Amino acid sequence: MIAFDGVTKKFPDGTVAVDSLSLEAPSGKITVLVGPSGCGKTTSLRMINRMIRPTSGTITLDGKDTGRMKESELRRGIGYVIQHAGLFPHRTVLDNVSTVPRLLGMDKTETRKRSMELLERVGLDPAFAKRYPAQLSGGQQQRVGVARALAADPPVMLMDEPFSAVDPVVREQLQDQFLRLQGDLGKTIIFVTHDIDEAIKLGDQVTVLKVGGHLAQMAAPAYLLAHPVDDFVADFVGRDRGYRALSFQATPRLPLAAERTIAMGESAEGVDADWVLVVDDQNHPLGWVEPLRARGAIRTEMLHRGGTVARASGPLRGALDSALSSPSRRGVIVDDSGSLVGTVKAHEVLTAIEQADRPELADPRKPGAPAA
Amino acid sequence: MISGLIDWLTDSANWSGSDGVVARTVEHLWYSGISLFVACLIAIPLGLAIGHTGRGRFFVVNLAGAARAIPSLGLLYVMVLWLFPKLVGDSAFLVPSLIVLIVLAIPPLMAGAYAGVEGVDPAARDAAKGMGMTGGQVLAKVEVPNALPLIFSGFRSATLQVIATATLAAVAGTGGLGRFLIDGQKVRDYPQMASGALLVAVLALVVDLLLAVVQRYAVSPGLTGRGSGRPAEGGGVRRSSRRSNTPLDVEIVSSQRTVDSQHT
Repeated sequence: MIAFDGVTKKFPDGTVAVDSLSLEAPSGKITVLVGPSGCGKTTSLRMINRMIRPTSGTITLDGKDTGRMKESELRRGIGYVIQHAGLFPHRTVLDNVSTVPRLLGMDKTETRKRSMELLERVGLDPAFAKRYPAQLSGGQQQRVGVARALAADPPVMLMDEPFSAVDPVVREQLQDQFLRLQGDLGKTIIFVTHDIDEAIKLGDQVTVLKVGGHLAQMAAPAYLLAHPVDDFVADFVGRDRGYRALSFQATPRLPLAAERTIAMGESAEGVDADWVLVVDDQNHPLGWVEPLRARGAIRTEMLHRGGTVARASGPLRGALDSALSSPSRRGVIVDDSGSLVGTVKAHEVLTAIEQADRPELADPRKPGAPAA
Repeated sequence: MISGLIDWLTDSANWSGSDGVVARTVEHLWYSGISLFVACLIAIPLGLAIGHTGRGRFFVVNLAGAARAIPSLGLLYVMVLWLFPKLVGDSAFLVPSLIVLIVLAIPPLMAGAYAGVEGVDPAARDAAKGMGMTGGQVLAKVEVPNALPLIFSGFRSATLQVIATATLAAVAGTGGLGRFLIDGQKVRDYPQMASGALLVAVLALVVDLLLAVVQRYAVSPGLTGRGSGRPAEGGGVRRSSRRSNTPLDVEIVSSQRTVDSQHT
């Protein structure tokens, strides 16, 4: 666990970046620090590994005061990932990843082996090992940056806007991979971002900071969306929070309707329905067609692809989106293997939403109330 | 004129002996080598320290500017007048010349080391520190390897400048290829003078070529774009491409030209 106790950072020019901040980041969880620029989130992060020294207050790592530890040793035990990856241009990808184990004097062959494994784990082809950072794209560099931070298997990781310098598609891939990795590794992570969507997606606990380094609110993402503590947080978490909160609500048993389907290659002519769902031989939905307009055997290019598909075991947001986006207004629901189980209408999803329990509302005095 | 030059250079009598081309070239390289060595000992640690700590930047910038204004010949006379009575034997001629060469070599060497370290990607430096490298490790493992292209650039400028200026040592009564210019002028032997000038230029170019080869092998392929595999398709954080062309680098080269033109 990482604990801040009344931590203040005042810079020589008089600006107070962080003002008597107290917070706890639980072990094995992702704690996101989020806020507008100037809120002191990066300063707070950098005070943990003492890249910035607090003016007053203490930061403890599993009960040990970081101010009493030797700086270089403290840092070698903490993974550090920064916005532009900060890879060493003169070293190959493999040598970059091996940096901390080599600093710690670990065995060279063992380190190489482990670094190669890590590259694969973060989704990089082993062929990249011999390349130099300048030969990689921004997203690839950031993957190397994550692998490098993990190389010595530190229990704690500090990540300072690691995914904000890449395009949205790559960012989403990196986020998903990061969550899978964290699912396996269970590190204690402090993650800084200015993007509330990223904070809600990645955080087990989200800490919203205000300009001047004041703690505005600290809560689980679902609770944060349901209970913004003041106007600042309400404004910061944004307008779609009611809809986004559905991401944290499991889908209850929905009244699914059996859907008339046809296989790819069959003809839809004569089917008595406005829209008909086309499936493959494993009953995986492929798209909708209109029998009145589709002449002859159904081909791929005739499919309407606007509708999303929701998993029955997924969050309610998926089910509602599936119903709203479907051209037939019937949302496609599949099981975990991707096979069709039925369709649902938007009003049915809404009824389910209205009837669902809202555990995040249960105890409004408990800021860290767990999400459903 | 040209045929006189060819005659002089092809006359084997001019190449052998203690005052022949071979011996004079060795002397010339010796003066240049020792001056560069001493200048490196002073300038490179200082340049690295300034780049690493960020303190004393004004010092390098002003020094590099002021150095352009130093008249080499004038400095040589001052050194000779000042030191000649204090020294004995050959060193009375040699030491003043070496001091001039060292003084000339320091600014480009220091500017190269300083600019090289300062130009290191701040994110790489931050990451190095954040991963637990000590200040010395950051310098040795990250800053110096990344500064090498500019350190080499400064060293090559200094080398060209020193080899060209070592010619002046002959004015103070020492050896080196400058002897052909000074001695030739005394007896109005223009082919000898022209040959001396040509030999200095060729020597400078050959040494620079050798240094270019050394640089090629000393600098990481990650910095020069010679690495294996395809280049990135964009979007990468590439900073190495501007590395060899910082304003200071250009300044080093141009100061080299002005000093050259003072005595050629």
